[in-house]
Amino acid sequence: MMDGPDDSTVILGDENRKPGRSETVDLTDNSLMVDISDALSEKDKVKFTVHTKTTLPEFHKPEFLVVRQHEEFVWLHDRFEEIEEYAGYIIPPAPPRPDFDASREKLQKLGEGEGTMTKEEFNKMKQELEAEYLATFKKTVAMHEVFLCRLANHPVFRNDHNFRVFLEYDQDLCVRGKNKMEVLGGFMKSFTKTTDEFLLSATVKDVNDFFEKEKNFLIDYHTHLKDATAKADRMTKRHKDVADSYIKISTGLVQLSTIDNSDLEKFLTKVAETFEKARKIEGRVASDEDLKLSDTLRYYMRDSFAAKRLLYRRLRCLANYENANRNLEKARAKNKDVHAAELAQQQACEKFEQMSDKGKEELMDFKTRRVAAFRKNLVDLAELELKHAKAQVQLLKNSLAALKEE
Amino acid sequence: MADDREPPPLFNNVEIDQRDDDNEDLFSSAIDVDVGVLDGDGQGPFNGTSEAPKLHLSQDVPDLDIVQVDRPAPAPQAKPLDELEKECGDQFIEVTVTEPQKLGEGMGAYVAYKVITKTNMPIFRKRSFSVMRRFSDFLGLHDKLVEKYLRMGRIIPPAPEKSVIGMTKIKMSNQAEQGSSAEFVEKRRASLERYLNRTAAHPILGVDPDFREFLETDMELPKATNTSALSGAGVMRLFNKVGETVNKITYKMDESDPWFEEKTQQIENLDTQLRKLHASVETLVLHRKDLALLTSAFAKSAAMLSNCEEHTSLSRALSQLAEVEEKVEALHNEQANADFSVLCELLKDYIALIGAIKEVFHERVKVYQNWQHSQQMLNKRREQKAKLELSGKPDKGNQASVEVVEWEAKVDRGQEEFDNISKMIKKEMERFEVNRVKDFKAIIIQYLENLMTHQQQLIKYWEAFLPEAKAIA
Repeated sequence: MMDGPDDSTVILGDENRKPGRSETVDLTDNSLMVDISDALSEKDKVKFTVHTKTTLPEFHKPEFLVVRQHEEFVWLHDRFEEIEEYAGYIIPPAPPRPDFDASREKLQKLGEGEGTMTKEEFNKMKQELEAEYLATFKKTVAMHEVFLCRLANHPVFRNDHNFRVFLEYDQDLCVRGKNKMEVLGGFMKSFTKTTDEFLLSATVKDVNDFFEKEKNFLIDYHTHLKDATAKADRMTKRHKDVADSYIKISTGLVQLSTIDNSDLEKFLTKVAETFEKARKIEGRVASDEDLKLSDTLRYYMRDSFAAKRLLYRRLRCLANYENANRNLEKARAKNKDVHAAELAQQQACEKFEQMSDKGKEELMDFKTRRVAAFRKNLVDLAELELKHAKAQVQLLKNSLAALKEE
Repeated sequence: MADDREPPPLFNNVEIDQRDDDNEDLFSSAIDVDVGVLDGDGQGPFNGTSEAPKLHLSQDVPDLDIVQVDRPAPAPQAKPLDELEKECGDQFIEVTVTEPQKLGEGMGAYVAYKVITKTNMPIFRKRSFSVMRRFSDFLGLHDKLVEKYLRMGRIIPPAPEKSVIGMTKIKMSNQAEQGSSAEFVEKRRASLERYLNRTAAHPILGVDPDFREFLETDMELPKATNTSALSGAGVMRLFNKVGETVNKITYKMDESDPWFEEKTQQIENLDTQLRKLHASVETLVLHRKDLALLTSAFAKSAAMLSNCEEHTSLSRALSQLAEVEEKVEALHNEQANADFSVLCELLKDYIALIGAIKEVFHERVKVYQNWQHSQQMLNKRREQKAKLELSGKPDKGNQASVEVVEWEAKVDRGQEEFDNISKMIKKEMERFEVNRVKDFKAIIIQYLENLMTHQQQLIKYWEAFLPEAKAIA
């Protein structure tokens, strides 16, 4: 299994990289490579250009492009969830909807406030917002790409028919029309599913200790991840606010220096410059925290939810198996349709055992992936924090030296 | 210390035995000062008692101001100012305000502060001494200084503002809820300290007898009830303020001095810019404080996550992360406090100082008004006299002549007062500018050094965390 989240962080961490170029970790197998080579933001929608390179015979061409929208990604995810055969696997979580609302709102507010600030200040803030918008854009591209890559590198998923259609079919998948209905339907389904799951977890006791422990762990873990993600998000957002408030201070200092005809003029200009530079660094701290910390937490929150779903599917399978057992007993007692019942029971048993084996593998893999991703991102986080703090110290040292000379 | 001082040439310039008849002047109440009170350089027409010579001999006060007044040109100002600084170089006075104590009960509760002075100035009786003062004492001191020196054109450092909310917090709080009232008291304590030091740094105000009494006299000062909003004096002040505001709006002075025109504009600009900057820094403080809170919330969440994580080394790393974030939170808080107390308060102080400058500029306008009024009265009297002489009533004509002479004298005095206040303001503004540059430079440098220290702390914390993260197996 490949390290899905690693790709996204590699992409976003290096600014020189073009957004969308992915590095598949799995270097040995290039038989199916998927990436998002381009993306266009159009009013409310984002259009992703999905680029596929493959040596597999099942595809019509060795290399091709299609344009997909977010809803089509969700459609693909839902198809995987529905297929019984995949019940034993952790289905990679669907990418979140591209959300530019916050940036758009800020841009609007900025436009409204244009009259109250100097041209310089306005330009600076506009630049800042544009950078923010770009960052959000890059992120959403990366998340969609990660989703596809995980599917492409999965030995079973990559051969899925729907996946191929998604990659190849050069027309619209006509998903969008159904969207509202599907969404509603989806809600209903997940609602009933969860109650079902609750029921199951209450009534069906898991024979296997491993799964019982995993279940308890995942429920807890997921809740905490959710909480930590939310708090990390608020923290990084506020950190960005702190950085942005330096802009106003810097412009205020510049204005102060222009009306000053004393020694302070040069002094204040230098201080204004320092604030501007400090702001950039502080802004990077905020965005790196967002990337390494919040996003990692967020991804694994979703992934742990997908793992939970696996467990519940397995429990349902167990319930079916137990049902089949009961049916068999009843059949044997009545001596009617015994053979059919036996067959059914055997099938249910096989299915269940397959699922348990597969599930165990998946969950172990989930743990390995998770630990590796956290390790990488926490190390990256610490290194970046250090880098930025050192840069700030250097900046301030230089400024102070220059200012004290005056 | 008196050796490097010229013996008082003041006596050549000061006419000790005059101007007592000023009391008849209609406007004298606005400008009049206790005849016995004087400022250190014995300048202007207002000091006239025998006290003057005594104080001058014992005071070690730069009297260069006096030499100053005679020469109208601004050119020599540079020299005296330098000398002023040289003088102050070997004299120092440092005031600290500490140990706020809540005294009294219920509605009568108030806070008393210990005011400690350390100085080597011989005008003070000791080198180190302390007294207890309450807030209204500070306000009373400020009022006295304004009464004495505003008319002369001095910029008087403004006292910290009253705060109904703050005082209510203090009156209402019992031992248990010290939190927000403690914050308020600390802010007030710091601003009182800055106020006293600014006043002490002024070459004239710093040795004023009322100021010295405030610092030295080890007994309770008579309660400055005049400073309370509800007192009779308070109500009078309100009336006067309204009248003044109307005056400011309606009376347009015929400004003949381009320096004042330019300076007024500059002051306005400075005011606007400082206010804007102050607002921006306040926003920064708020955001940073909020960031600290959110960091703390995240730290707790990370700790809980670490508790439930089954993989041991990841769990340990997560709990270390939680610890780091807690330390970072404390740093953010400290930084926010520094943002506030160093930068924000500096800006606020200067905004208030600009208010004091505007007051003294306005005082000059009033002096001008006074002078013009005298001029008008003189003209009227002259007309009257001419009329009477023509109509041939010699005795009434005599009376009119006397009045004309009186008003001529008043016009002269009015003009002199105006010239003096103009000169004094120019001098005070120079001093203000010099101090402003010094203050801003010093405080901003202090702030940046503070910022740097915090970043260095951050480095330490993350350096400690990095191996933990790498240790995840």
